[in-house]
Amino acid sequence: MANVLEISNIRKSFGNELVLNNLSLSVPEHTATVLIGASGSGKSTLLRCINLLESIDDGQIFLDGEEISDPIINVDEVRRKLGMVFQSFNLFPHKTVLENITLAPMKVQGKNKDEATAAASALLDRFDLGDKADQYPDRLSGGQQQRVAIIRSLALSPRLLLLDEITSALDPVLVNEVLSIVRDLKSDGMTMVLATHEMGFATQVADEVCFLESGNILERGSAQQVLHEPGNPKTQEFLRRVHQAGRL
Amino acid sequence: MSERINSAWSPSSRELERRSARRRISTRQAIIAAVSSTIVLGTLISIAITSPGWEVVKKTFFDLGYGRKVFPTVIAGLWINLQLTFIGGFCIGVIALSLALLRTTKSPALTPFRFLATAYVDIFRGAPLILIILLVGFGVPALGLKGIPSNVIFLGTVAVVLTYSAYVAEVIRSGILSIHPSQRAAARSLGLTSGQTMRYVVLPQAIRRVVPPLLNDFVSLLKDTGLVSILGVTDAVRAAQINASRTFNYTPYVVAAILFLLITIPMTRYTDRAIRQRTNAQSSEGAI
Repeated sequence: MANVLEISNIRKSFGNELVLNNLSLSVPEHTATVLIGASGSGKSTLLRCINLLESIDDGQIFLDGEEISDPIINVDEVRRKLGMVFQSFNLFPHKTVLENITLAPMKVQGKNKDEATAAASALLDRFDLGDKADQYPDRLSGGQQQRVAIIRSLALSPRLLLLDEITSALDPVLVNEVLSIVRDLKSDGMTMVLATHEMGFATQVADEVCFLESGNILERGSAQQVLHEPGNPKTQEFLRRVHQAGRL
Repeated sequence: MSERINSAWSPSSRELERRSARRRISTRQAIIAAVSSTIVLGTLISIAITSPGWEVVKKTFFDLGYGRKVFPTVIAGLWINLQLTFIGGFCIGVIALSLALLRTTKSPALTPFRFLATAYVDIFRGAPLILIILLVGFGVPALGLKGIPSNVIFLGTVAVVLTYSAYVAEVIRSGILSIHPSQRAAARSLGLTSGQTMRYVVLPQAIRRVVPPLLNDFVSLLKDTGLVSILGVTDAVRAAQINASRTFNYTPYVVAAILFLLITIPMTRYTDRAIRQRTNAQSSEGAI
């Protein structure tokens, strides 16, 4: 199996604060890699670096064998191959659900309006949002907004999907409708890297779980191994605290 | 999605009590407002009309017959102000938008233009409009350049456009900067270029946000077109001045003022409503 994403020894700091410290990661095709760890452990920064929203201070990132951390690379072309979904949805409030989804296919891929609309409608129907196509985002529930945001990133048929704590801004009842989309995508064979605090969900979809602490991966392995039989004392401590908060 | 109000519902006796209490309170407030308005306005008016000079003032400022006579010339002047406002307003919109975009761009090729735009805004926002009008109105014709009209209406408009473009550019720029960076991140992560992100995501939201302050500037623009009268443009102010200086009766000024108010007051009311709607919309925007 070829690796879609290959990260070797990246470093990133904001001012004096070292956020990613010599971190390496491989993501094979059709697999889901789940990042867990406390807030500030570097999960979001790692995802933003992969998407070139942040530039790295050292190391290399490869997408399908091509080095995307090369400064002369066309960032817009790289980002076309990467889907990104944010914790706070970040839908465009002045555009309808349908326009949110068709914007990038039309402007980035040069599809015509009919083509883009047909593809977007098919995706909306598939995820039970067909009746929301002409609504504005602020009329939707948080769960619906996040599902639209996922569909928006899928509309470009990305090679790799990056999901940054996509359920953290939702109330518990809405979490499941968003996670069920991710489960569907996983069974479709989508390659993904996701940061999450939902340990039960991580167990269901993860091919590999990575525990981040202070910008490095302290422990990695199958969900069973990392979440249920952690070897590293820091992982044990983190999971004990998550368990106390009732999230496992 | 909300359920229909049940038609069988009738308000409880407690609710009926509350309603009549609310009515009593609002009646009392209306009476207080009416009494206080009568006292304040009555005092002001009686001070004016019992003053020793009232008869003279009435004749020189509120001469109805003379007012009616000068009305056509003043309104013809006001037409110039309106033309200036709309033509100038269009030019200001185009220039201000370009300046705002230049000042917010990071493109290295545009660096010199970014500096020029900043200098431009600093100069024209900082200098009094009346000085710019005098400098452009009398300075540009003195240069004797060929191809530039020395028409005072044209030069007056140019001066107003130069100054207002600087103000409006700053309003638009503040709108652009007020859009949360997460919107830009979302657009860029979809592969949109920085230009497309500005065009389709940032600018439409920014402009919507600054419509109320822009309407405010539009009202100011209409009023400030009166300043071009110092170049000799026969606008409403100048027309009133010519009449007043012939007869030493100042009623034409009052006529001009009333005409300006007839346009600006509805515009400011409309602006206030737009601002209120904007505030209401923002509070329901939630997480976005």
